[in-house]
Amino acid sequence: MGIKKENVTRRDFLVKSGTIAGGVFFASLLSPFKGVYATKEPEGDGVWYGIGIDIEKCIGCASCARACKNENDVPKEPFFFRNWVEQYTITNNEEIKVISPNGGIDGFTQTVPEKDIYKTFFVPKMCNHCEKSPCTQVCPVGASFESPEGLALVDQNYCIGCGYCVQACPYGCRYIHPDKGVVDKCTLCYHRLTKGLDPACMLACPTRARIYGNLRDKDSEISKFIRDNNCVVLKPQLNTGAKLYYNSLNQEVR
Amino acid sequence: MEKFESLYHALANLDGYIFPNEIVLNWDVLIVMYPYITGLVAGAFILASLNRVFNIEALKPTYVISLLTALSFMLVATMPLITHLGQPFRFYEMLITPHLTSAMAIFGFVYLWYLMVVLLLEIWFDYRYDMVIWSKEKKGFMRFIYKALTLWISDTSVASRKTDDKLGYFITVVGIPSAFLLHGYVGFIFGSIKANPWWSTVMMPVIFLFSAMVSGIALVMFIYMMINFIRKQKNDILCLDTIAKFLFYILIVDFALESLDQIHRIYEADESFDILKILVRGKLFFTFFIMQIGVGTLFPLATIGFFQFYKPKEHIRKIMYLIVSICVLVGIFYMRWNVVIGGQLFSKSFLGFTSYKADLAGGGSALLALLWFIVPFLILAFLLWLLPPWKKAPHVEHIE
Repeated sequence: MGIKKENVTRRDFLVKSGTIAGGVFFASLLSPFKGVYATKEPEGDGVWYGIGIDIEKCIGCASCARACKNENDVPKEPFFFRNWVEQYTITNNEEIKVISPNGGIDGFTQTVPEKDIYKTFFVPKMCNHCEKSPCTQVCPVGASFESPEGLALVDQNYCIGCGYCVQACPYGCRYIHPDKGVVDKCTLCYHRLTKGLDPACMLACPTRARIYGNLRDKDSEISKFIRDNNCVVLKPQLNTGAKLYYNSLNQEVR
Repeated sequence: MEKFESLYHALANLDGYIFPNEIVLNWDVLIVMYPYITGLVAGAFILASLNRVFNIEALKPTYVISLLTALSFMLVATMPLITHLGQPFRFYEMLITPHLTSAMAIFGFVYLWYLMVVLLLEIWFDYRYDMVIWSKEKKGFMRFIYKALTLWISDTSVASRKTDDKLGYFITVVGIPSAFLLHGYVGFIFGSIKANPWWSTVMMPVIFLFSAMVSGIALVMFIYMMINFIRKQKNDILCLDTIAKFLFYILIVDFALESLDQIHRIYEADESFDILKILVRGKLFFTFFIMQIGVGTLFPLATIGFFQFYKPKEHIRKIMYLIVSICVLVGIFYMRWNVVIGGQLFSKSFLGFTSYKADLAGGGSALLALLWFIVPFLILAFLLWLLPPWKKAPHVEHIE
């Protein structure tokens, strides 16, 4: 039993390799690959929303941000956004420059000379509607909550305006409404969804860079988008279960 | 437009990139005041317990003062929070419909437990006999007040006083973990925010607890000297030396814990380290290195540490104790500042900074915060007038 075999043959090697490979294969059958990264839809039927953004299609027009402000009575000042666009520029010296003048609504002016640009791209940002959302976790009165459709919503008649959720959101997606004294954030235009209409930002996007849909339906556009592309979520290390998926996003983006 | 003037100013003075919603600094100086005042309560109470539970005779002159100080600040502790709310009149929702996964929701209950069960009961048992006596001595309205305060119980027998003493002792024993809970819990409110690397450390509750003790002890030391100054009484130097000794020990632990936190941060140097390094060396340089560490920690440590080996003349010690207590109070205020404000100056994108001006979140924040710091002193003056510790009957043990 305890005697070490002196002569390890090629046959032994093959047997061991085969066992390991087979083991890995059977283990992978036990836990099948999930297309949805870092989160899993809860039990139930009905829609469970996810959002996808195709970085390569975004032209930085910020129609989404503009439409969102108009649709949702977001204050026009450049300190309150449910939805905004960032421009990333990576220079030949590997420096990262990020701007978002008025959330992109005023348009972007590239200040880096063209010869110094290695690459540049736009990143639209909005609520990630996390499945394990840190913002709803910390709400002291339960005014922030997750809807059965997987959307992080706020009951503004109930919110006390403590701002704890604003601190807890890793993505900077919440703000205290200056007139209402309560928190405000993206609802994925819940008021439109319930009427069978698309969210304002989705409708306004001229290049169809934004998609959304039911993650439970494996044939939905969003499920296909996540499956077919190399999708990532922001700050996966925080395990928020974010459901905003970006296609081929640079790791510099936070 | 005027309302947003300071925000536009902040927008024009950004360093690097921050998320657009981060320009508004949501937690302002009022939220700095909240852990500061709560810490003073917990610290003052723990000093009282040192005398009562651990029987440190030398601290006797400060026992009742510590309790009354704790109560004065406790009565105001929630005010910075409530006045900071966007909807202050909805604050009660936190008590009647608490959301149990929220660290903040439990504060109301911890607060009420501490105020009602610990502080008020302990002070009541401590003063019950005296209030009965005073109710007999006074006339008219004051007689009624004292009677009401005794809850119309007029038993002055030795046996009843001994029962008071026993119950008071029991409450103090319960009170120590409660004080730990109260302030450790405040630390958890910040320490549990994983989105913010400046806050998110498991050390936060412990650091808050020890800094609370430091600040509470310094406050009682300061108030004790002030009361004696106003009443033209002599300070008990043995008492001051003993308080200073405890302040010294706890300050060492506090400094060690905070250093450990920073050293750990520096050594681990995770993805947030680069931005935090710039933050501490830049925007927080004055408040962190000069005020918190220099004025609030190193100077008091050096001074009291020196006194442990060589004791200069009494009056020099007294003056130094007064200066040290003020320095510690200022230092701990800046410690809270560095946590609360510092944690919001850098972007969660780790790509830039915003700046802080006191009027950023609506004009009167700084004045309001100052008000909530002054009101407890007025309450304390009232309590000292109503329940003067120097007119208390001798302790029951000394009667027999």
